[in-house]
Amino acid sequence: MVPRTLVLAAFLATATLTGAAAKDFRFAFQSDVSSMDPYNLNEAFSLGIQGNVYEGLTRRDSNLLMQPALATGWQMMEPTRWRFTLRPNVVFHDGRPFTADDVVFSATRVRADGSDLKSRLSSVADVVKVDERTVDFVLRAPNPLLPNEWDTWYILSKGWAEDRNATRPHSAQSKDENFATRNANGTGPFQLASREPDVRSIFTANGTWWDTKTHNLTRVTMTPVAVDATRVAALLSGQIDMAFPIPAQDVARLKANPNTKVLTKPEVRAIFLGLDQSRDELLYSNVKGKNPFKDRRVRLAIYQAIDIQAIRDKVMRGLATPTAMMVGPGVAGFDPDQQRYPFDPLAARKLMDEAGYANGFRITLDCPNDRYNNDEAICQALVPMLARIGITVDLKAIPKVQYFAKIPPPKRDTSFYLLGWTAAGYDSLNTLGALVMCPSDRGAGPFNVGGYCNPEVDRLTVALSQEADQLKRAALTREAWRIVREDVAYLPLHNQILAWGVRSNVDLAQRADDILDWRHITVR
Amino acid sequence: MAAGSLLRTFALRLVQALLVLLAVAAVAFLLFRFVGDPVAQMVGQDTPPAERERLRGALGLNEPVIAQYAAFLGRAVQGDFGVSLRAGRPVLDLIGERLPASIELALAALALALLLGVPMGLFSAMRPRHALARIFDMISLAGVSVPTFVIGVLLIALFSVGLGWLPAFGRGTVVDLGGWTTGLLTGSGWMALVLPALTLAIFQLALVQRLVRAEMQPVLQSDFIRSARSRGFSERRIAWRHALPNALVPLLTVSGLQLGSTIAFAMVTEAIFQWPGFGLLLLQSLQSADIPVLAAGLMLIALFFVVINLAVDLLYLAADPRLRQERPHAG
Repeated sequence: MVPRTLVLAAFLATATLTGAAAKDFRFAFQSDVSSMDPYNLNEAFSLGIQGNVYEGLTRRDSNLLMQPALATGWQMMEPTRWRFTLRPNVVFHDGRPFTADDVVFSATRVRADGSDLKSRLSSVADVVKVDERTVDFVLRAPNPLLPNEWDTWYILSKGWAEDRNATRPHSAQSKDENFATRNANGTGPFQLASREPDVRSIFTANGTWWDTKTHNLTRVTMTPVAVDATRVAALLSGQIDMAFPIPAQDVARLKANPNTKVLTKPEVRAIFLGLDQSRDELLYSNVKGKNPFKDRRVRLAIYQAIDIQAIRDKVMRGLATPTAMMVGPGVAGFDPDQQRYPFDPLAARKLMDEAGYANGFRITLDCPNDRYNNDEAICQALVPMLARIGITVDLKAIPKVQYFAKIPPPKRDTSFYLLGWTAAGYDSLNTLGALVMCPSDRGAGPFNVGGYCNPEVDRLTVALSQEADQLKRAALTREAWRIVREDVAYLPLHNQILAWGVRSNVDLAQRADDILDWRHITVR
Repeated sequence: MAAGSLLRTFALRLVQALLVLLAVAAVAFLLFRFVGDPVAQMVGQDTPPAERERLRGALGLNEPVIAQYAAFLGRAVQGDFGVSLRAGRPVLDLIGERLPASIELALAALALALLLGVPMGLFSAMRPRHALARIFDMISLAGVSVPTFVIGVLLIALFSVGLGWLPAFGRGTVVDLGGWTTGLLTGSGWMALVLPALTLAIFQLALVQRLVRAEMQPVLQSDFIRSARSRGFSERRIAWRHALPNALVPLLTVSGLQLGSTIAFAMVTEAIFQWPGFGLLLLQSLQSADIPVLAAGLMLIALFFVVINLAVDLLYLAADPRLRQERPHAG
């Protein structure tokens, strides 16, 4: 590719010309985005990076609160018809004006084959252009949370996609890349200048952005660095200005160094244990003819045998907040006052006796070893804790590529497993619908691996999905989570604490969803 | 050797190479059942199970292994190695982008190893009791026994974090010469090359030093060296002109195979320095169960070794005059 050399040369030239005024920001994450096509992968890091280039009708501020972006406002005309008013005088990076046609086009594209973000518009039956500045969304059924995830449904230019033959989303199924894989044309505060996948991507500030600039950057360089030690070393040596994630063992070192600092914040994701409560006999246990996890007392015994403080202090080195909830802080319905069942091995032992397992039993615990922070170490710590109540745990820790082939449906090849979940749209409804609702053929409870079922929770979840009133939503959510806790449907462990390493001369806002928003970065 | 027999050797090698490639692909596909589910890495948390299943079907992952193998071979003979599941781009493009980085790194490491290792080995063989020879032996002992990742991390700690002289990762600024990206034309490229090349070279240097020393010791006892000494040649001339050529054949073999394995298997070093080479690509592909890249990558490695072995055999002919004579045919 010849242009790359030219682009590089052009950069070197601008770097010398602009001199001191140029503010470069170089950062490293542990991997690269798989594609610049914003419909390729529904995952926080990719969408977060793309969100500096592309914009949705809405966006989120650094506290995850929803704001208008490409739409200036919206209203529910009737429960199944929403009207969005579009922002005037917005242009894409290539100079094309942003219009209602782009929204209609993006709605079609995001629902096309190969898109991983179909869920963004799953309740939408029809998208109608009313005029150049107005678009109506006609729904199949009422959905009060319609725009909740639209901060990551990015709008592409219809004209650009058609000219560049990128009207269909990039996916491995499509057998080839399209122009949007390594190029981008959004309306956002930064534009993609050059991209070498897995090596380096360079972005420049968009001088014609519609909003008031809150950053002082001229250029952003993104490089993936997979090995933790190297990422930390590069930050310490000043080769980069920011690195994430920072492993727990390096936090103290970066804090002690005068040139670096560490930002921490509890993450929206919850880490928890799940138990097979649906099979009549467990796949991996020595208990035959019955399933001990169908007994609430056994589930509670395991819960109370877990010394969560020890896991926090010893395994996580303080980088975790123990939780009683299946959703993290920042998610609607998260209740910081909800208490964990206390750590009490004696009470746990007693519960085991009452349930008829005074002699304990043997169980296999499935665990990923490269997905969550210290995932395997957490599971290792559980082995002696559960041994104290007579449960012999055989630990099976495997890489995530194998783990996610084994644990989720259709296989559900586990009796006892560790998993993490982030509530999409930052509302409890997503977690309740995906993990808690009784699994059905019609697609309810798609990731309810343990098969927990309670008709009352299902009823509350369905009601929540149709309720628009905020107060009533809060009440429904609170009641649903109360029952989940009462039933010991899951054993929540903690929220990981995000750790970002930053050079001392950089100021930025840390988001609880681990997304780095360049709008909030200033380099001194 | 007559031209006819050379041609025959070549044809035989070609057939062997094809068989090796077929076998490697077959073994690879047998193993792919255990690498995991690539679809789990290709979709987000909320993608429903039914959609995942549909994707698996569309990608042919539900086919029996033998059918996947046959489909792969069928496309491979037409030069189509498929699309990476992780990157969604043609596999050959990905490998083509990564190979220059690995080849440059491997050549730099080998050059470093030979430039330092041969003189060290010669010295150790000629003056085994000298204090310097013992130091060389110790260095090479450390070189073969300390794992690569320890060396790499130590070098980063010293030269990047401690002294701030060299970058901790990356390849610096590269220049694209019509599809071949090189870091050798920019200052930052050379700076970035130093630490990973050194990391790789330390092991090879130890190997070269020990090999040269071991090969030279019997040679130095032989009659023709003694007669060279008696004719009053300098020690330096005896070492470089008379003795060393006798150690060249094994040195070439080992260097050739080393070059092949550093291009193919420098995964650890490439990962530590985030060196955008072939080894790092394989590692990333393994972590995401990217079967098309793994299959093509393993075939390429097999091809490498076949070609290198052939090249080494041909170099033997150049290095050892005895092999050039027509041998009497048995039977």
